[in-house]
Amino acid sequence: MNDSAFGPDLGEVFGPNQRDGGPELIQLLTPEGERVEHPDFAFDLDDEQILGFYRDLVMTRRIDTEATALQRQGELGIWASLLGQEAAQIGSGRALRAQDYAFPTYREHGVAWARGIDPLHLLGLFRGVDQGGWDPLADKFALYTIVIGAQTLHATGYAMGMQRDGVVGTGDPARDAATIAYFGDGATSQGDVNESFIWASVFNAPVVFFCQNNQWAISEPIERQTRIPLYQRALGFGFPGLRVDGNDVLAVYAVTQAALQRAREGSGPTFVEAYTYRMGAHTTSDDPTKYRVLEDLEHWKLKDPIERVKAYLSRGGVADDAYYAEVEREADELAVRLREGCLALPDPSPLSIFDQVYEEITPELEQQKAQFAEYLASFEGAH
Amino acid sequence: MVAITLGKGVNMGLRAAMEADPKVLVMGEDVGKLGGVFRITDGLQKDFGEDRVIDTPLAESGILGTAVGLAMRGYRPVCEIQFDGFVYPAYDQIVSQVAKLHFRSRGLVKMPIVIRIPFGGGIGAVEHHSESPEAYFAHTAGLKVVACSNPVDAYWMIQQAVASDDPIVFLEPKRRYWEKAELDESVEPEGLFRSRVVRAGADLTLLAYGPMVKTCMEVASAAAEEGRDIEVIDLRTLSPLDFDAVRESVAKTGRAVVVHEAPLTLGLGSEIAARITEDCFYSLEAPVMRVGGFDTPYPPSRIEEEYLPDLDRVLDAVDRSFAY
Repeated sequence: MNDSAFGPDLGEVFGPNQRDGGPELIQLLTPEGERVEHPDFAFDLDDEQILGFYRDLVMTRRIDTEATALQRQGELGIWASLLGQEAAQIGSGRALRAQDYAFPTYREHGVAWARGIDPLHLLGLFRGVDQGGWDPLADKFALYTIVIGAQTLHATGYAMGMQRDGVVGTGDPARDAATIAYFGDGATSQGDVNESFIWASVFNAPVVFFCQNNQWAISEPIERQTRIPLYQRALGFGFPGLRVDGNDVLAVYAVTQAALQRAREGSGPTFVEAYTYRMGAHTTSDDPTKYRVLEDLEHWKLKDPIERVKAYLSRGGVADDAYYAEVEREADELAVRLREGCLALPDPSPLSIFDQVYEEITPELEQQKAQFAEYLASFEGAH
Repeated sequence: MVAITLGKGVNMGLRAAMEADPKVLVMGEDVGKLGGVFRITDGLQKDFGEDRVIDTPLAESGILGTAVGLAMRGYRPVCEIQFDGFVYPAYDQIVSQVAKLHFRSRGLVKMPIVIRIPFGGGIGAVEHHSESPEAYFAHTAGLKVVACSNPVDAYWMIQQAVASDDPIVFLEPKRRYWEKAELDESVEPEGLFRSRVVRAGADLTLLAYGPMVKTCMEVASAAAEEGRDIEVIDLRTLSPLDFDAVRESVAKTGRAVVVHEAPLTLGLGSEIAARITEDCFYSLEAPVMRVGGFDTPYPPSRIEEEYLPDLDRVLDAVDRSFAY
């Protein structure tokens, strides 16, 4: 089909040639670990910071593998692995300033790490002892949101609050702030996500929509959510969209940092599509062998986000085996601490569930709690 | 005779419904190639094709909204909501469109849509995966709401629901998906909107549906050891209620306890207790007791066993009824 009055044939912009991200993919570090120049996005951090990224990536992966192991051993009810998405999360998470606010899905373990949240706090939800152990206000990292896409509206509303509080476009780097909304390719089909795009656009809200396109919504491939590359949708909503190599931590950092800065300056929202791949299952309850081919996995293994940084560091003589061993040792320690901490997480008291339903508990709920306490007490000494 | 699980019962029922009527469609997230996260639609896309078993985009409002259009075009969509807590994005379409179109069109437009929802807790899941939203739908005029409790009912009820010209919320007790029973297709099925006495008794009536039917059967067995003869009714239909069965039973026993996982306040138990009071006042030896989840959000899974009604909690209510 040729171009017509109705525009180009969509099949040509969304097809096999997009497999590696297409011609507009922003990349600063190749899968082989070679630096590439990009006309719009320079990476101007020094080697010390790249070493820091390497450590972040390794630690994030270790959190993930340890949590997966804990689930396999029955210590967690479920785990949502981020395997393969470490660079998308560390690159974007490290681009945040202290005053920025992040709204995650349930897979943003790397962003949590970058925000300085103790990874042990991530396990509570998956172990079933709480629904998020961190302080979403103090940590500027919202609770994990399992209902797909709902958090994009929260990020937009929070950003509108920043506008009203006068912390956007002041020119003071310690003051100007933005939000970042994380979501996946599947979420882009949700009404809430599309509504958040409209809100952010018409109110010029300081929000970065950070979509990790990992190609799969449980069993459904990206083709079931869109007929055009996702980043191209943004223009229709009235703001720019960019596609970045989601396995390239340097490029993700540079692009997210620029998008956040644009938002902080008062220039409005940006859509960042981090093009990546879900190397594991959707969650530990899922079996991807039922719906996808091994060949894709092998293809994406070659684009590993950690290996390319390591290759870069080694090639330039920036790091040696001693450094990598030191990071490994630190990761081992973290894994041990996570495991021990997980097993020691106390189960909540059954009576505690009544206390946090309302700011001011109702008399009816007080009564229900009292009756339940009496009921529980009736078993004491019975066994 | 063949032994099937409850999940297999729904699967076989859907297959039979699709074979019986080419207008029947199955649609939802991951229902096609994967066969659903609980494998309830396993094999259907392979045998009926992608036009009839549709992997939809990840958008629940879209699933129900497009089902409305398909129904207007003469199709009979069976929509799967992946988990109870994910039905709310579709709530507007269900309540304002699916439920009201028959009324608004003066009966010209039929809405033969089935909304399948795996519901209830007890599987150790994270938040939004263990809820019991039935009262929201039973409260909505224009919807019918049913809940199966066993494999045989699952097999027949899903077919009856698909054959209904009214929209039906079809609740599947997810923690019972793996329960087994013998299916004998030569046995005439119960009507869809009929309750059933699943254990006859003379002293007290236990009323339950979905996952709590099994619990109540265990309660009746335990109570029998103490010499109490308990009748258990599987309500099966929540809207409309089949009140003849309830009335008949309570007139005989004089005592009733209603059990559900959903929070107590304004749950199905509230409506049932009120109706029993209205219809059976002079037969009652005790007030109707209710056992439900607490009026809190569903808790983290490590304490869900405390939150959910269980053998002891129901027995406690039974004791209170007898002690009255």
